[in-house]
Amino acid sequence: MDFLGKFPAMSRGELRDFKKGIDGSFSEFTSEHGEAIESFFDPLLHFLVWFEKLLLATPWPLILLIIGVFSWLGSRSVKIVIGAVLAFVAIGYFGMWKDTMSTLAIVSVATLICISIGIPIGILMARSKYAQAFVTPLLDVMQTIPAFVYLIPVVMLLGIGKVPGLIAVCIYALPPIVRLTNLGIRLVSKEALEAADAFGANYRQRLFDVQIPLALPNIFAGINQTIMMALSMVVIASMIGVAGLGVPVLRSISNQYLALGLLNGLAIVALAIIFDRVTQQYGKRLQKHRHGDLHE
Amino acid sequence: MSKNEIAISIKGLYKVFGNRSKKMVTHLKDGMSKADLLDKYHHVLGLKDINIDIPAHQISVIMGLSGSGKSTLIRHINRLIEPTAGSIDIYGENVLSMSKGTLREFRRHKVAMVFQKFGLHVHKTVAENVAYGLVIQGMSLKKAKQKSSKWLVRVGLEGFEDHYPSQLSGGMQQRVGLARALATDADILLMDEAFSALDPLIRTDMQDILLTLQQELHKTIVFITHDLDEALHIGDSIAILRDGEIIQQGSPQDIILKPDDEYIVDFIQDVNRGRVIQIKSVMNKGVSIKGPNFNQNTVLEDILPEIVKSAQQMVNVVNDQNQVIGSVDLKTVASAIAKPVIQSNNNTNYTQSSSGD
Ligand SMILES: Nc1ncnc2c1ncn2[C@@H]1O[C@H](COP(=O)(O)OP(=O)(O)OP(=O)(O)O)[C@@H](O)[C@H]1O
Ligand SMILES: [Mg+2]
Repeated sequence: MDFLGKFPAMSRGELRDFKKGIDGSFSEFTSEHGEAIESFFDPLLHFLVWFEKLLLATPWPLILLIIGVFSWLGSRSVKIVIGAVLAFVAIGYFGMWKDTMSTLAIVSVATLICISIGIPIGILMARSKYAQAFVTPLLDVMQTIPAFVYLIPVVMLLGIGKVPGLIAVCIYALPPIVRLTNLGIRLVSKEALEAADAFGANYRQRLFDVQIPLALPNIFAGINQTIMMALSMVVIASMIGVAGLGVPVLRSISNQYLALGLLNGLAIVALAIIFDRVTQQYGKRLQKHRHGDLHE
Repeated sequence: MSKNEIAISIKGLYKVFGNRSKKMVTHLKDGMSKADLLDKYHHVLGLKDINIDIPAHQISVIMGLSGSGKSTLIRHINRLIEPTAGSIDIYGENVLSMSKGTLREFRRHKVAMVFQKFGLHVHKTVAENVAYGLVIQGMSLKKAKQKSSKWLVRVGLEGFEDHYPSQLSGGMQQRVGLARALATDADILLMDEAFSALDPLIRTDMQDILLTLQQELHKTIVFITHDLDEALHIGDSIAILRDGEIIQQGSPQDIILKPDDEYIVDFIQDVNRGRVIQIKSVMNKGVSIKGPNFNQNTVLEDILPEIVKSAQQMVNVVNDQNQVIGSVDLKTVASAIAKPVIQSNNNTNYTQSSSGD
C-alpha cells in the first residue's frame, strides 16, 4: 500500500549527492577549461564589440540611408523602405537609438554565425540520414528547452557578458536555418537531380549548381526565422549582460515602468517587422523563376 | 561506321527491387513469376533476363505498357540504376566495371539523356540549360553557351535564350531538353518517353524534328515509348517489353506482320496497317509481270489504287536501285490490311498474308 501511494524515489541524501556530483564535476571542468574556452571565443567578442562600436560611431543620417538602401535591395518596395526609415526615425526620436544599434549588432552577428554554422549542418543532414537522425533530436532540444536552463552552464563557463549572451541567442536561433536548409535540399525535384547525374555531375556540381539554388527560397525562409528568433531572445540575453533594447525592458519589469517597457518592446517589434518583410520579399523574388514572371 | 556495328550490348540483365534482390534472381531463374515474387518474397521484379543488342547510328525503340520496366531498362544503360545481375557493354566497354570517376566521364561525353518530365533546371535560363552538359564537362559558362547556341537554334528556340523554362510551353521545354542532350556531342542518346507528355500535334512535330536531326547526325538513339504509332513512325527497330521481359524484337514491319504472341496482337490492334506496312514486306519474291513499278517502301494504302488501276491487278516492286525484286497483287494487299481477328471465345487469331518473305 505504502509502495503504491508514494513514488519510490531516490532518497533525499542520494539525490543531493547526485546533483552535487554533477555540479562538482562541471565546476571542475569550468575551472580547468574555462579560460581556454573563453579565449577561444575572443575573436568573436572582438568582432562583436568592433561592429557595435562601428554602428554607434556612424552618423545617424548615414545609418538611415543604409537602412533605406538595404530595404530597397531586399524588398524592391517603396512602401517597405519608407516604413523602415520612419520606424528608425521614431526609434531615434524616442531616445532608443543607442540601444537599438546594440541590438542590431548582436542580432546581425548572431545571424551570421547561425548561417555559417547552420547551412553546412543542414547540407550534411540532407546528405546522410544518419546525420539527420543524430541532429534532429538535438534541434528539438535546442528549440524546446527553456532558455534559462542552458544559460546556467553557459554563464558558469563564460561568466556574464556579451559572448555568453551571443551563444545563448545562437543556440535558440540556430534550429530553423538548419531545418529549412535540410528540408529545402530534400525537396529539390528528383528530375532535376537525375538530369544532373545523367550528365555526369559530381557531388560539388550537384550541390552548388542544382541543390542549393533550388533550395534557396527555403534556406531564405530559414534565415528569416533565425533573425526573428534572435530578436526574440534580446530580452533574455540582456539578463546576462548583453547591451541593447532588452536592458530597459528588464528595468521596466523590476520597476514597473509601463511606458519605458512599451516603447522598447515596440522598438523590438519594429525591428522584427522590418527584417521580416525585407527578407520575405527577397525570398519571394528568389522564387520568381518558378512562376514565369521574372522579367521586370 | 560499319552498318551492323553494335553500340550497346546487354546480356542476361536482371533487376529486382528489394533488400535481398540477388537471392531473388535464383528464384526467377527457376521460373518464378513477377506476381509470385511479389506475393511470396515482397520483391518487385523490374527486369528479367534482358538480352538485346542495340545497333549504332539507328533509332531503337523500346515499347511497353506502364510498369513494364522501360524506364528501368534505359537507366541501366548509363547506370543510373545498378543491375542485380547481367552485363552491359557499350562499344565493347563494360559499364558495370567503371569506377565512379570513369562513369562520370562516360556520362559527360558518351551518353546524353532526354526525360519524360523534361528534367530542366528551373532556376536557369534556356541558354544555361542547353549549356549544362558542357559546363559539367568543365567548360566556362560563357564558352559553353557560345558552343551550345547552335543547338538551341537547331531546335527552333532562337530568341528564347534568356527565358526561364516555366515561361515556355511543354513542347518548347522539351526542345530545350533535346538541345541540352545534343550539345554534349555524345553519340548515344537515351530518350525516356521524351514526347509522351506532349499534345498529339506537338508530339508529331517533335518526332519530325528528331528524324530530321537524325538524318544528319546518325546518333545511336534508344527511344522509349508506350505509343505504337510513335514507335512505328520513328523506330528502325522495335523491342517490346512486358512485365520486365522482352517478348519480341524486330523491324516495325516484323512486329506488325508477325507478332509473336497475343499480347502483341492486342498492342497492334488499332494500327492503321495500310499506312504502315510496306510492299516489300508482303510481296511475292521473284515473281514479276509486265506492268508498273513501285518502290519497295511504298505503303499498302498508296499502292492499292495503283493495283486497282493496273491491267492485271498487280504491280512490280523495285528496290532503291530500281531493280525489280517481286510483285504484289490485290489479294495479298487486302489480306495484309485486314486486322487480326479476335474471335468470340477470346482467342486471338491472326490472319497472316500467305506470301511474306
Ligand atoms: N525504385 C523502385 N523500387 C521498387 N520498385 C520499382 C522501383 N522503380 C521501379 N519499380 C517497379 O519496377 C517496375 C517497372 O517500372 P518502370 O518505371 O521501369 O516502368 P515503365 O515501363 O517505365 O512505366 P511507365 O510507362 O509508367 O513509365 C514497376 O512495377 C515499378 O513499380
Ligand atoms: Mg517510365
